[in-house]
Amino acid sequence: MAGAIWAITESGDDGLKSISFEVIACGQALAEALGSSLEAVVMAADGSAAAEALGAKRVDAVRVIEDAALAPYTPDAYTAALAQAIEADSPSLVLFPHTYQARDWVPRLAAEVDAGFISDVIAHRVDGDETVFVRQPYQGKLNSDCVFAGDGPNIVSLQLGAYLADDAAAGDGSAEIVKQPVDLDGAASRTEVLETFQEVADRVDLSRADVIVAVGRGIGKQEQIPIVEELSEALGAQLAASRPVCDNEWLPMDRQIGSSGQTVTPKLYVAVGISGAIQHLVGMKNSGTIVAINKDPNAPVFSVSSYGIVGDLFEIVPELTNQIREAKGTG
Amino acid sequence: MKIAVCIKQVPEGDARLVIDADGISIADADLATEINESDQYALESGLRLAESQGGEVVVVCLGPDRAEEAIRRALAMGAGRAIHLNDPAFQGGDAAATARALAAAIERENVDLVLTGLQSDDAGWAQTGPILAARLGWPSATLIMEIEPEGDTIKVKRELEAGWFQWVRLPLPALLTIQSGISTVRYATLKGIMGAKKKEIAKVTPADIGLAPDEVGGAGRKTRTTRLYVPEKTTGAEIIEGDTATAVATLVEKLQKEAKVL
Repeated sequence: MAGAIWAITESGDDGLKSISFEVIACGQALAEALGSSLEAVVMAADGSAAAEALGAKRVDAVRVIEDAALAPYTPDAYTAALAQAIEADSPSLVLFPHTYQARDWVPRLAAEVDAGFISDVIAHRVDGDETVFVRQPYQGKLNSDCVFAGDGPNIVSLQLGAYLADDAAAGDGSAEIVKQPVDLDGAASRTEVLETFQEVADRVDLSRADVIVAVGRGIGKQEQIPIVEELSEALGAQLAASRPVCDNEWLPMDRQIGSSGQTVTPKLYVAVGISGAIQHLVGMKNSGTIVAINKDPNAPVFSVSSYGIVGDLFEIVPELTNQIREAKGTG
Repeated sequence: MKIAVCIKQVPEGDARLVIDADGISIADADLATEINESDQYALESGLRLAESQGGEVVVVCLGPDRAEEAIRRALAMGAGRAIHLNDPAFQGGDAAATARALAAAIERENVDLVLTGLQSDDAGWAQTGPILAARLGWPSATLIMEIEPEGDTIKVKRELEAGWFQWVRLPLPALLTIQSGISTVRYATLKGIMGAKKKEIAKVTPADIGLAPDEVGGAGRKTRTTRLYVPEKTTGAEIIEGDTATAVATLVEKLQKEAKVL
């Protein structure tokens, strides 16, 4: 394979985000299978701490793109900076985490450098000459195999949690740290960043709950929410929801679990009428015991659950509430 | 304010998905469809802006003949007219090919703002909007939850991860991808549905927008889907069978004795 594989990392206010090591783990596996070199890439106003952390991993080099224009993040500055680097050094494959930030600018980058872009990838395999990337279209109900139609540069973004940060192997410390010069003077950002904030300062902290009952679109309408409220009370649980329920204002936004809401790991998570779009699953799949109640036996939520009951939630949930009350002696 | 809203026709959320004989797409027969959810919110946002600022909403849709149903729905909700990129050459594209075609159609319209959903509920690339902005040479912002027009600029609230948000300002013309839940999507009224029948849908081919057939659709794509399939279940729930009372009793017992969480 011609060019190197680049693993693009993401930094926030607290430095390097842990998702970056998921990208390194995938990059290491691909570099080994394809006989390519692997470079970690830092983009920041000051990337020295991130470069040091990445240099401890098994990578051939750490490429540091530093410029004052890279903080705060804007799509124009990030696109211009990485497009210059790609055009200068022609990597064969550029890997990203499929974060909200990546979604904001990486498609623009793909257009800028005329790259193919396979987004939200959950796995890969090397079949002879071809590298196949697996995605989950149709909201996770199906899988698809995707390949690039051209030689590159090619871009892949990785679903959060698809690769494990802990799998990023440590190196022998020989990785060279290379500063990549970029010229962003002519690429003034058109985006003016005004204010970054948390919406609800005193929001419900669901991450501390031992038991969570979460309700999804299957509940049908707001008038039926009390059915799950009663189950939640019987279990001594916090009530939570998937995105559509909050979008419809059947429950407040701060009860939302998933990529745009909270990430939780309670001992017991009961998913009621939630089909399990990936955006929801990433927020709850590491819970201890997961129970799913859904009318669709093929709902993706069952794939992450410990126990499932397929059927009508309007029959099952009230029965479950009664039996829980009896079991707890509160019936 | 002239606003283009890009919509995609996708299978309904509850639709039964049958993989087509081609092995890479969903069979069309008896498929229930709808306007992609976040595109509905994009359309609602466009209509509200046109109502408060004055102006019109033009719906832009790339899809086969059946996509006309989605377009008529958008017109019934209040869009003024529509552009339907409908030609066999447009089919089978990835986000890059689709965005190129949409850009060529929108360039001719002299609009101030383009709105799209944040991603489609079928392919789910989450790419078409920002690529379209790059092709137009315009700034973009994604996952938008609030829009405040300010004349030549626009102030928008982006959703970040884990409950964080950010206000940014962009000069117009610009493109925004809209997050589901930004507002309440209106229903089409009977009057709207009747009126939509008379509204213009301009059918557009690649030649009409200055593109060669091999620049769009399957010929213009940079990625290729080789297989669509039902994922193998490697892990999964123990499905508890029986009538409701029995199944629930079994579940409660398992939660007490196996999982020890009650």
